[in-house]
Amino acid sequence: MSAPLIELRGITRTYGEGEAMVRALDGVDLIIREGEFVAIMGPSGSGKSTAMNIIGCLDRPSDGHYLFNGVEVATLDQDQRALLRRNYLGFVFQGFNLLARTTALENVELPLIYKGQPRAERVARAGAALMRVGLEGREDHAPSQLSGGQQQRVAIARALVGEPMVMLADEPTGNLDTKRSVEIMELLRQLNRDEGLTIVMVTHEEDMAAYASRLVVFTDGRVVRDEPVTEGAA
Amino acid sequence: MLWETVRLAFTAIIRNVLRSFLTVLGVVIGVAAVIAMVTVGQGSSVQVSSNVESLGTNVLVLRSGARMMGPGTRDTAPAFKLSDVEALRELTVLSAVAPVVSTSETAVYGNTNRATSITGTTAAYLDIGGWEIARGRSFTTLEDKSGANVCIIGETVRTALFGATDPTGETIRVKTISCEVIGLLVAKGAGSFGQDQDDIILMPVRTVQRRLIGDQDVASVSMKLASGVSSDRGISEIETLMRERRRIAIGEDDNFSVTDMKEIASMLGSINAVLTGLLSSVAAVSLLVGGIGIMNIMLVSVTERTREIGIRLAVGAQAGQVLMQFLVEAVVLSVIGGVIGILTGLGLAYVASGFMSIPFSPSVSVVALAFFFSAVVGVVFGYFPARAAARLDPIEALRHQ
Ligand SMILES: Nc1ncnc2c1ncn2[C@@H]1O[C@H](COP(=O)(O)OP(=O)(O)O)[C@@H](O)[C@H]1O
Ligand SMILES: [Mg+2]
Repeated sequence: MSAPLIELRGITRTYGEGEAMVRALDGVDLIIREGEFVAIMGPSGSGKSTAMNIIGCLDRPSDGHYLFNGVEVATLDQDQRALLRRNYLGFVFQGFNLLARTTALENVELPLIYKGQPRAERVARAGAALMRVGLEGREDHAPSQLSGGQQQRVAIARALVGEPMVMLADEPTGNLDTKRSVEIMELLRQLNRDEGLTIVMVTHEEDMAAYASRLVVFTDGRVVRDEPVTEGAA
Repeated sequence: MLWETVRLAFTAIIRNVLRSFLTVLGVVIGVAAVIAMVTVGQGSSVQVSSNVESLGTNVLVLRSGARMMGPGTRDTAPAFKLSDVEALRELTVLSAVAPVVSTSETAVYGNTNRATSITGTTAAYLDIGGWEIARGRSFTTLEDKSGANVCIIGETVRTALFGATDPTGETIRVKTISCEVIGLLVAKGAGSFGQDQDDIILMPVRTVQRRLIGDQDVASVSMKLASGVSSDRGISEIETLMRERRRIAIGEDDNFSVTDMKEIASMLGSINAVLTGLLSSVAAVSLLVGGIGIMNIMLVSVTERTREIGIRLAVGAQAGQVLMQFLVEAVVLSVIGGVIGILTGLGLAYVASGFMSIPFSPSVSVVALAFFFSAVVGVVFGYFPARAAARLDPIEALRHQ
């Protein structure tokens, strides 16, 4: 078995203080290894997004340890966490989070700008990433000129373009109809199988979780189930 | 990387045309208003100081009638005669004395004519009023005494009647007089109240009295103090002499007045100072309004863009990179606004100066100050809210609606 890529130990995340304090995560232990395709499920409010944001270094835990590739993330400063996101992590949001009035190509280019890549190289890579998600010919479309499924593909291309070690997707199909959802899932499975990309995905649909190789279930901020996905479900 | 940041800033500016336009507008209004007003204010200061010089230094003017009296009262006081001028000439406190009688007539040369003001006086008037001869000569003593048919014309009259050609030696007709142009005055430009000082014809006082007005009255007397004599002393000697000549009993008020031109100069100076102060405060308010405009747009823009900042942070931007982008954006907008504002302000000041016939005198320090202020407002209010947003955890910035 490969070394753990993501290791959560006793991760706690609370919101608010005193009486009104909410424990979004309450001592989560979770190890994810390279090449895995993990689906996270659980009722609404069980802490799935909170966990994803912490794994994605978009948020910080209140307590516990998070080791990414063996490095303790809690001790990194803001800029070092930015570098971690830039070089190793790709995030896909339920609500896409694309820049408005900005073309698909420019949206996908964005992470490469901060990597300091020259323009010609950025354009080439962004174009290639859009092609990987099946959006060739849509490079110059702004988000408002694209369907939800296409916007999510742009977001996936943006997550992929920097060649991350892990792709984190929080309900990537949450805003899409079944047909588009299946297309996105096929794409993710292909990225995982053919390119060995580690994927962690939150979903609330059994059908989507079936594309993963492992299922983790959250309830009330804790992991209550963690098991391999039975083959042949999808 | 800096070039990349500048490019990013330009992209963002173009992407948000309206927001960019409003920011630029704030800078333009502030800068243009200040530059226009202060430039006009300074132009009028320059004007006043040159007027003060053209009024002549150490010049006193004697008029019939008491000072500060209602209309009509002046008429009851007797006019001066040339004999009064002769008597004044005897005073050692004065170095030059010239009678002044004025009327308006039309001067004709060939088939061109010009309605202008005619001043009857003597050669001393040129010295007292600080006039210089551009061409030809002044009146001779004989011409002054005899009332010869000669005249000296101002630049405006020359241009109207003769164009650019030399007028000396030509003969013009004023009412019934045919008079020879013996001299041309050096142009003085607009006077204290915007009047054209060069729209004038000077003739010997007797010529005007006899041929144009038809009486022996002298409306006023212009005098220059001898060097080293204070205006108080000059005025008191003139008053003593005139009270005696006019037989004014002790205890009775003067029926004439002596004005020190310096008083008029200082009065003009203080009017101008008030005007400049007024313009400056309006300008300061405009700058403030412009600044508040910029501030608002920048604050709204950063609030609006907190999600954008979140997205950039999420894909791996460091806070410093995001900030640099906002800073460059603010600088670019301020510079664009500043340049347009400077050009607009100078343009307005130029047009206004033309209308008010005052010199156009732009000042580098005012331009720099207005520009600097707007740029600072733009940069500060672009920078600080952006800094607060860039310091958030990405997820907080993204949650911002
Ligand atoms: N920014 C926040 N402020 C306060 N409470 C929050 C915030 N974000 C999430 N929570 C709370 O934390 C819990 C877990 O939320 P979340 O991780 O979004 O759940 P899920 O994604 O599983 O639906 C919920 O009770 C939610 O109300
Ligand atoms: Mg969620």
